[in-house]
Amino acid sequence: MNTLDLFSLTLHEIRDMMRNGEISSKEVLDSVYGRIEAVEDKIEAYLTLTKDYAYEAAESIDKRRLKGEKLGDLAGIPMAVKDNISTKGIKTTCASKMLENYIPPFDAHVFEKLKEAGAILVGKTNLDEFAMGCSTETSAFKITKNPWDLERVPGGSSGGSAAAVAADEAYFAIGSDTGGSMRQPASLCGVIGFKPTYGAISRYGLVAFASSFDQIGTFAKDVEDCAIILNYLYGYDEKDTTSLPIEFGDFKEALNKDIKGMKIGLPKEYYDKGIDGEVKEMILDGVKVLERLGAHVEEISLPYAKYAVPVYYIISSSEASSNLARFDGVRYGYRAKEYKDLEELYVNSRSQGFGSEVKFRIMLGTYSLSSKCYDTHYNRALKVRRLIKQELEEAFVKYDILITPTYPTIASKIGEKSEDLVAMYMSDICTVTANIAGIPAMSIPCGFSKGLPVGMQIMSKAMGEADIIKAAHAFEKNTNYYKNKPTL
Amino acid sequence: MNYETIIGLEVHAELSTKTKAFCSCKNEFGGEVNTNCCPICMGYPGALPVLNKKVVEYAVRAGLALNCHISLFSKTDRKNYFYPDLPKAYQISQFDLPLCRDGRIKIEIDGQDKHIGITRIHIEEDAGKLLHGTESEDYSLVDFNRSGVPLIEIVSEPDLRSPLEARLYLEKLKGILEYLEISDCKMQEGSLRCDANISIRPVGQKSFGIKTEIKNMNSMKALQRALEYEEERHRRILSQGGTIIQETRRWDEAKGITVSMRTKEQADDYRNFPEPDLVPIVLDKEWIESIRKDLPELPDDKRKRFVKEFGIPEYDASILTLTKELSNFFEECAKGHKNPKAVSNWVMGEVLRIMKEEDIELKDLNIKPQSLGRLIDLVDEGVLSSTGAKQVFEEMYKTGEEPEVLVDRLGLKQISDEDAIAELVKKVVDENQKTVEDYKRGKTNALGYLVGQCMKASKGKANPQLINKMLRDLLS
Repeated sequence: MNTLDLFSLTLHEIRDMMRNGEISSKEVLDSVYGRIEAVEDKIEAYLTLTKDYAYEAAESIDKRRLKGEKLGDLAGIPMAVKDNISTKGIKTTCASKMLENYIPPFDAHVFEKLKEAGAILVGKTNLDEFAMGCSTETSAFKITKNPWDLERVPGGSSGGSAAAVAADEAYFAIGSDTGGSMRQPASLCGVIGFKPTYGAISRYGLVAFASSFDQIGTFAKDVEDCAIILNYLYGYDEKDTTSLPIEFGDFKEALNKDIKGMKIGLPKEYYDKGIDGEVKEMILDGVKVLERLGAHVEEISLPYAKYAVPVYYIISSSEASSNLARFDGVRYGYRAKEYKDLEELYVNSRSQGFGSEVKFRIMLGTYSLSSKCYDTHYNRALKVRRLIKQELEEAFVKYDILITPTYPTIASKIGEKSEDLVAMYMSDICTVTANIAGIPAMSIPCGFSKGLPVGMQIMSKAMGEADIIKAAHAFEKNTNYYKNKPTL
Repeated sequence: MNYETIIGLEVHAELSTKTKAFCSCKNEFGGEVNTNCCPICMGYPGALPVLNKKVVEYAVRAGLALNCHISLFSKTDRKNYFYPDLPKAYQISQFDLPLCRDGRIKIEIDGQDKHIGITRIHIEEDAGKLLHGTESEDYSLVDFNRSGVPLIEIVSEPDLRSPLEARLYLEKLKGILEYLEISDCKMQEGSLRCDANISIRPVGQKSFGIKTEIKNMNSMKALQRALEYEEERHRRILSQGGTIIQETRRWDEAKGITVSMRTKEQADDYRNFPEPDLVPIVLDKEWIESIRKDLPELPDDKRKRFVKEFGIPEYDASILTLTKELSNFFEECAKGHKNPKAVSNWVMGEVLRIMKEEDIELKDLNIKPQSLGRLIDLVDEGVLSSTGAKQVFEEMYKTGEEPEVLVDRLGLKQISDEDAIAELVKKVVDENQKTVEDYKRGKTNALGYLVGQCMKASKGKANPQLINKMLRDLLS
C-alpha cells in the first residue's frame, strides 16, 4: 500500500501494521498531516493543530516500539479532540471568543488516559460555541463543512470531530454529547458516534455545558475501532464523583456475536411526522437487516417521549446558565476593554464574549431557575425527566435495544436552518432521550439519502453498551456502509 | 407600648479540616496569597468538586452536639451570584435538604435554663478574599486561599428575646464548637461569623414584626451592641408610627450604628438548584453512631464534673468551662492540687485579667498550669504573701520563668523562721513601750500598730500571721 493513503485505513488496521513493523508512527502521522494539508482548507474541522507536540509523541512511541516494548491498541494512533476538553498547555477555546486565548493548566482525565495509551493528538476540533448547537455554525471562529457536501453543515455540536474522522483527518476523535452532540454529527457525516452511559467516562476536564447530561464519547470509523477506543476511555475516576465505580469489561468481546433472539423495540413516537420519509425508510431497512439475522422486532410506544425536547432544553439551559457564569472576565478569558465599574465589567465582558446562541440559553436557564419559575419550569422538568427515565427502564425490561433514526433529516445547507430556532431544537427529539435517561446510544451509518449519510440510533439500558456494540457490529458486517468515503 | 424583641442568628463557622471542602488544597489561615489554590477552588473550566468526607464528619459532630436530627439523605445545591471572590459564580451549599436539623442549645438567663432551637446546620464553601487597592490604585486583587474552605451554617429559631440572650447563645455555641475541635471560632479572623435577624412586636402579639438582617458584627460585644442599637431603632420608628423596612444592614463598629446595605427588593435571586456535579450525601446510621460515641465531653457536662470533682462553686465552674482551652488549663492546674478553690480564684482572677489586659490567647500566656499550681502552693505554705504572689505572676508572664526562681530574684520570700521573728518582735516591743502599755490597758488596736512596725522592720518580708501570734504570746 502507498504510505500516502494510510490515512484512509481504520484504527485497528493501522495498529496491526505498526505492530508488525510495516510502518512507524511517524509515517502514519506524516500521512494524516498530509491529508490535513490536502483537505483541511475545504473542511475546516480543526481550530488548533498540534504538529510539534504530535511529532514529539510519535517519535517517543517509535523509540519504545523499537526497544521491543509491547504497546497497546492506541499507541501511535493520531486522534482529534473536541476543543471543549481540557488539554494542558494547549489552547482550549470551546469555539468561543470568551476563551479564545485560554490555555488550561491541567489535562482532562480522558486526555490523560489517551496520552498514557500512546494516542497522538493531531489537533483540537471545532464545535458549536460551548457545545450549544447542532450544526457547528455557532462557533466563533469558523464554519466546518460536511465532507460529503461542502455546502452543508457537519452537524453539531461535535461537528469538527465528526468531519475530521469522516474526511480521514484523524483515525478517531473525542467529542462530548449533551443532547446528541456526538450522534447527530456522526449521522450527518457517516461515521460512528458513541455516547456512553452517564458516568461511564469521567467528565473531569470537560468544560461543562449541562453537567447532568454531558458525557464524553468517541467518533470511530467502524464498530471494532469504537469498541477498542471505549476500552481506553471507560473507568472510574475519583476526581468525578458522578463517575461509576463499575467494571465494564472488554468491549471487543461483544464483536462478532450472534444476534439471534435479540429483542429490538421501535418506539413509534420517533418515527412520527417530522421524520424525513427517506430517512425513515432507511432506518426500517436497517432494522430488517437485523431481523434477517434473527432479532425479534416489535413496535412499541413511549408516550412521554414527546416531552423530551422541552425537558431537555429547560434542564440543560438551567445548568448551563450556572456553569457558564464563571466566565466573568475576572480571572481568565475575555475581558471587555471598557467598563466603569464591576457590574459593567461583567455585563460588557459577557455580552461581547458570548455568541447569541449561548446568550439565549443562559437567559432561558436563568429564567427557568428564577424563584418565579422554578416550580413551573425547572422543577416540573425534573419530574418529567424521572417519568421519561422510568418509562425507558420499563421498556428495557422487555427489549435489549431500541432503534430510532438519529436525526430526522440529512445534513442541511449552511445557514439554512439557523433562522428557525424552535424547529432546530425539535430536531433533537431522537437524541435527547438518551441524555435525559443517562443511557448509552450509538449512531451508525445505515445508508445514503440524496448522496448524504443517514445514521441509525441504537440505545440500550444503562450499562448495556455490549448489546449496542453486538447489534452494531452484526449490522456493519452485513452492510458495510462505513466503507463508502466522501470524494474530496 | 411594651415591645418584645425577637432575634434569630445565622452563624457561619469555618471548619478546621486539613484540606478544603472540594479539593485537596490546604485549609490554612494566613498563607501567602494565592498559594493554597488549584483549578478546582479557582473555578477553572472543566474542574469538578469532590466532597471532603471530613467536612461531613465535622458537620455531623456539630449536629450531634447540638441535639440535631442527622439526615441520612441530603444533597448539595448551587447558590448562584456574581462576585469577584466567588470564582465559579456559585457557592456550593445546601438548600432544602440540610445535613442536620431540629436541634437545640441550652443557655442560662437570669439563673433559668432556656432552650434555643436550632433550625438547621448545613455545609457550604467559603469565598475568596478581596484585597482592595488604595484610592489611587484603581484596582482590587483577589486571594483565593480561602476559596473552598468548608463552613457550616448554623441557623437558630427566632427564640432569642434580647441582645444579651443572643450573645449568651453565641458564646455557648462557640464553646461547643471549640470543644468539638471542628473550628477555631475566631471572630476577629472571620472563622466564626454571625448575622442576626431582629424584629420587635407588641407584647402579646402572635405574629412577627418586620425584620432586619444585621451583618458585620466581629465580636461578641459587637453582636450585643449592634442588636441593642437595632432594637432601639425599631422601637423608635414604631413608637413614632413609622414602619420598618425589611432590609439588610451593616453594623458600623466605629460609629456604633447600623447602616442600610440593600432592601428586600434589591435582594438577589440566588436560583438555588441541585448541584449536578456531586452525588447526594447518603449516611450510614452506624457511622453516625460511631461519631456520637466519639464526641468529647461538652461544656455542660464538664461544668457538672468540675463542681463534683473539685468542689468549686457552680458559678466558678461555668466561667472556667466557657472555653475548652481555659477549662483544660484549670483542670491541669487543679488536678492533684491541695486547694482547687484557690486555683479557681487565680484562673478566674489573674489569668483572665492578664488575658484581657494584654489581649492575648491562653496559649500565648507563657505560664504552664503546673507553674501556676506551684505559685499557689508557695502562698499556701507561707513562703509568699498574696501581694507578692501577684508580683511573681506578672513576672512569670513577662519572662516565662518558674515561680521559685522569681521569688528568690525578687527577694519576696517571707520570713517564717520563728527565731528570726522572735528577735524582731522583741526589738519592736522594746522600742515601743508606750504602745505596749496602751495594749495592756485594753486598747486592742494598738496590736495592729505593733504588727505594722514589725513588718516595716522586716521590709515587708516577715510572715504577718506569725508576727501576730508571737506578739500576742509575748504580751499576754
